[in-house]
Amino acid sequence: MNAEQILFILFGAVSLIGAIAVISFRHPIYSALSLIVTFFAQAGLFVLLGAHFVAAVQVIVYAGAIMVLFLFVIMLLNLGTLSVQGAIGRKLKGLAIILGILFAAEGIYIAMNALNDTAVASAESTGATITTTTYDIGELLFSKYLLPFEVTSLILLAALIGVIVLVKREGQEEN
Amino acid sequence: MLQATITLQLYKGGIFIDRAIMPTTVKGKGFYMSLEYYLILSALLFTTGVIGVLIRRNAIIIFMCIELMLNAANLAFVAISRSLGEATGQVFVFFVMTVAAAEVAIGLAIIVSVFKHRQTVNVDEVNSLKG
Repeated sequence: MNAEQILFILFGAVSLIGAIAVISFRHPIYSALSLIVTFFAQAGLFVLLGAHFVAAVQVIVYAGAIMVLFLFVIMLLNLGTLSVQGAIGRKLKGLAIILGILFAAEGIYIAMNALNDTAVASAESTGATITTTTYDIGELLFSKYLLPFEVTSLILLAALIGVIVLVKREGQEEN
Repeated sequence: MLQATITLQLYKGGIFIDRAIMPTTVKGKGFYMSLEYYLILSALLFTTGVIGVLIRRNAIIIFMCIELMLNAANLAFVAISRSLGEATGQVFVFFVMTVAAAEVAIGLAIIVSVFKHRQTVNVDEVNSLKG
């Protein structure tokens, strides 16, 4: 066992346990905190994969901004007692878990066969793995993917306007 | 350079017999975990998110499960990006994160306004659009 394997198992286990905790806790606050743990473990996996920029963005954007938004809404709605009721029935839950296990088996089968894909296999066999720096990502983002990058800003603008419209209409109805 | 090949014992009877999958050696960098392990972890995380969407009725937790699935996809993107030795996968992770941020902002705003009208975030009770 070398360092990367140990760290992979550690981070992988933490992210999986965190993910299972997200769907098992009854109170949404605990779910949100578990999700933050999962995001941090995934940031660790990104570092292992040599994607330092993505790891940093993961912590700042996901674990920081998005989760704060979640916690803020949970706090705002004060869902403590309301959320406990309204789980689905035991039979349906069993069915969902069986379907989920089947789905996981499919996913694992596809993952195990990923290296049979010629494009991936050839790259894997040459061992041309490099640590991609922020410079590389930035260069791609502002040359080859310039149009998608600009469209991204449009998505954010749409989200911004959408949220304002949603919230504003509510306010006017109350007056 | 040390060269180690370990075949995965689990699949001895199946298709994957005699295939050395871990760890692969990379010049000057030592050992790397094989791509497959990251993809399997990604599949498991995605499945957890799917099960969460299926079994939970709280809209906020369903949103968290969607975030979980998007993150599993991000993990697969980064793993394949490293495997191919390109940064393109990480650029796509960047786009996925932007879409996730927009989606969360809109979705939570909708949840808040639904809660204002209905005093509930249970998706089974919000069914007035049902045909």
